[in-house]
Amino acid sequence: MSSAWDITASVRPPRAVFLDFPLNHQTGKAGEPDLQRRILLDAFRAFEALWAPGQMLTLPYVWDPNDRSWEETDWGPGFEPYGVGSSMQEGFGERALRRAAPTPA
Amino acid sequence: MPIAYIQRTRERYAKFPPYKWSHNTDAPWAPLPRPIKDCRVALLSSGGFYLPGQAPFGDNDLSHRLIPKEANLADLRVYHHGFRDSDADRDANCVFPLDRLRELEAAGVIGELAESAVSFVVSYSARRDVQERSPAIVAELRRMGVAAALCVPV
Repeated sequence: MSSAWDITASVRPPRAVFLDFPLNHQTGKAGEPDLQRRILLDAFRAFEALWAPGQMLTLPYVWDPNDRSWEETDWGPGFEPYGVGSSMQEGFGERALRRAAPTPA
Repeated sequence: MPIAYIQRTRERYAKFPPYKWSHNTDAPWAPLPRPIKDCRVALLSSGGFYLPGQAPFGDNDLSHRLIPKEANLADLRVYHHGFRDSDADRDANCVFPLDRLRELEAAGVIGELAESAVSFVVSYSARRDVQERSPAIVAELRRMGVAAALCVPV
């Protein structure tokens, strides 16, 4: 399941499906189980449909037909993943999912 | 037009030694042995997910964790540093779709969901990935009798 076409094309896994969504949403939008299900159904169909090594199938889903601004910002300058400060080498660690809000002092 | 993530990563980490991207001219191939509705399928994630009671991942960690198929996604923890995870906080199925896979198993879309998902985290050596980590993960998949692995890289 890829949302990084160039990286996947360079790695060349046996089979891939490409979903043009922001990174880390390769199986859909949060809180949209119907979309998640459709994406996975397409991925499983691709297991049977892709017939040659390295093929990558592009899925037709669009993140937001009215707003493509995420394409300018995702992993671009100023994009701030959790826990990453001025250096990629520090400031990250374990955390519990569903506890996104900072702990009050 | 897909985003040029390799170029963006080069620009983002321009102060660090350049990352050596894997560039393979050939792709491996393993034919699907039977229709997917008859296959045992495993979820494979590099999202750094693990459960309370399991050892957390560390930096440049080549180990993996097994997440039982019946795990509650609300219990998941994550160790990953390149990961905007607010949506995964709300609903991990957007990148670790265990709930959806259980439903597809119940609906007969896949033959069976493997007893555990396999979770690991980013490392900085493609050589060590291939020589050290991959054989351990392949052994887990073989032990579980998996015919197809759905990999969601993070």
